[in-house]
Amino acid sequence: MNILSKFYYRYRKILKTIRLYLIIAGPGIIVMVADNDAGGITTYTATGAQYSFHLIWFLILLGPVAYYVQEMTVRLGAVTKRGHAEAIFHSFGAFWGWFSLLDLVFLDWLTMITEFIGMTAAMSIFGVPPIVTVIVGWILMGTMVLQGRYWTWEKAALVFCGLNLIYIPAALMINPPVDKILHGSFIPHLPPGGFTNALFFLLMANIGTTIAPWMIFFQQSAVVDKGMQEKDMLWGKIDTAVGSFLTVVVAAGCVVLTATLLPGQMINDAATAAFRFLPINRYVGALLAIGLFDAGFLGAICISLASSWAFGEVFGWAHSLNHKVKEAPWFYAYYFFDLLLAGTVVLIPRAPLVLITLFVQVIAVTLLPAALVFLILLLNNEETMGEYKNTLFQNVANVGIVVMIIIISTLYGISAIFPKILGG
Amino acid sequence: MIFNFFRNTAGAVREINQKYAKPHIEMTRGVRFSLGGLRFYLVLLVGIMVYKFITLLH
Repeated sequence: MNILSKFYYRYRKILKTIRLYLIIAGPGIIVMVADNDAGGITTYTATGAQYSFHLIWFLILLGPVAYYVQEMTVRLGAVTKRGHAEAIFHSFGAFWGWFSLLDLVFLDWLTMITEFIGMTAAMSIFGVPPIVTVIVGWILMGTMVLQGRYWTWEKAALVFCGLNLIYIPAALMINPPVDKILHGSFIPHLPPGGFTNALFFLLMANIGTTIAPWMIFFQQSAVVDKGMQEKDMLWGKIDTAVGSFLTVVVAAGCVVLTATLLPGQMINDAATAAFRFLPINRYVGALLAIGLFDAGFLGAICISLASSWAFGEVFGWAHSLNHKVKEAPWFYAYYFFDLLLAGTVVLIPRAPLVLITLFVQVIAVTLLPAALVFLILLLNNEETMGEYKNTLFQNVANVGIVVMIIIISTLYGISAIFPKILGG
Repeated sequence: MIFNFFRNTAGAVREINQKYAKPHIEMTRGVRFSLGGLRFYLVLLVGIMVYKFITLLH
């Protein structure tokens, strides 16, 4: 009887813990999975096709990097109850605030275009014209926010996050070589051919798709909109850790797919990979296309929200998903304006879509250090953060990440302008 | 209507500038200089990228 009651007690406790986690889970998983957006999926498929399984270890390393950056936004949001844009204005003044906001708006709009590029390219595989994809995308995105509850939006977004995991069963369906995957995952090494210019570009692109400025703004605002408190911080961190794990697993799934089915081929975008999968395995091709649409969709809704939240915080508009359209007209107006503008660019005939995608990744990596420096400074303010300020270890890790990104973005910029400088 | 929109926006920006005129985190001159330098450097890099993009388009 005693054993039974103990077992029952433990069972109830575990159940309660899981229930509590499910209530608090959301911002971390959504931001991390949405990070595997259309540009990200393109980068991963290109990585697998060109370098087989040799770079999976690098993607695994990027998981903790993303976690360390995003975890800071959980603490900052839960303690200050301010979104990231407002926190920068409040702490550093209007001059730096406007710089950060303009960076965000510029980058978000560009990234949103790449999301629509991914969505239209994915659906074109099923014969859907771009204009239909864009309009249906707009309607779906509008429906998600117009019900006036953060909770409903979050759960709907989590469903799309679940769909993003489609790459895992797709990778399992093709019976990939497990020994090569394990070797590529746990033994860091350079691919045959060594350190070439092309390899350097792909490494940079992978970093650029793993951490992005919009993610910082999005997660902090989502933490605030959700009403997360200091006592919920541990769950917020677990949520972020689970999200970073999922983002790496999905990235590895994409790499495994193209490394197994399209080894040695040049892939410019994920839609081309899906198209080439069709004659080999039509189900896998279809799954990749569906996943690409989902990735673009998730990216678009999160990035547009990140911008709307930021503007709402700074301009003092009502800016919560818990508000109805009548209560927060400017917040929703900006959200839709962003989506309409980005979707329209994709419909311009003969727009250089692949070039735009590449350009956006380059700019995103380049502007990232500015956002990270402010984040670290905010997390070191004892007056605001108190016991939740960065520890020495967290500072070393985060400053290391910033320095690494500054070096890499500089090299990335130089190699973009002088492609032959690194050889290869 | 458009004129009113721009006038209202300009007014809102002025209000924001006043509201956040005084930073709450004191930065030393060195930190401000470093941030300014980093910002200038990054904008320069972005400018180079934009130039590259435009030349590739042509």
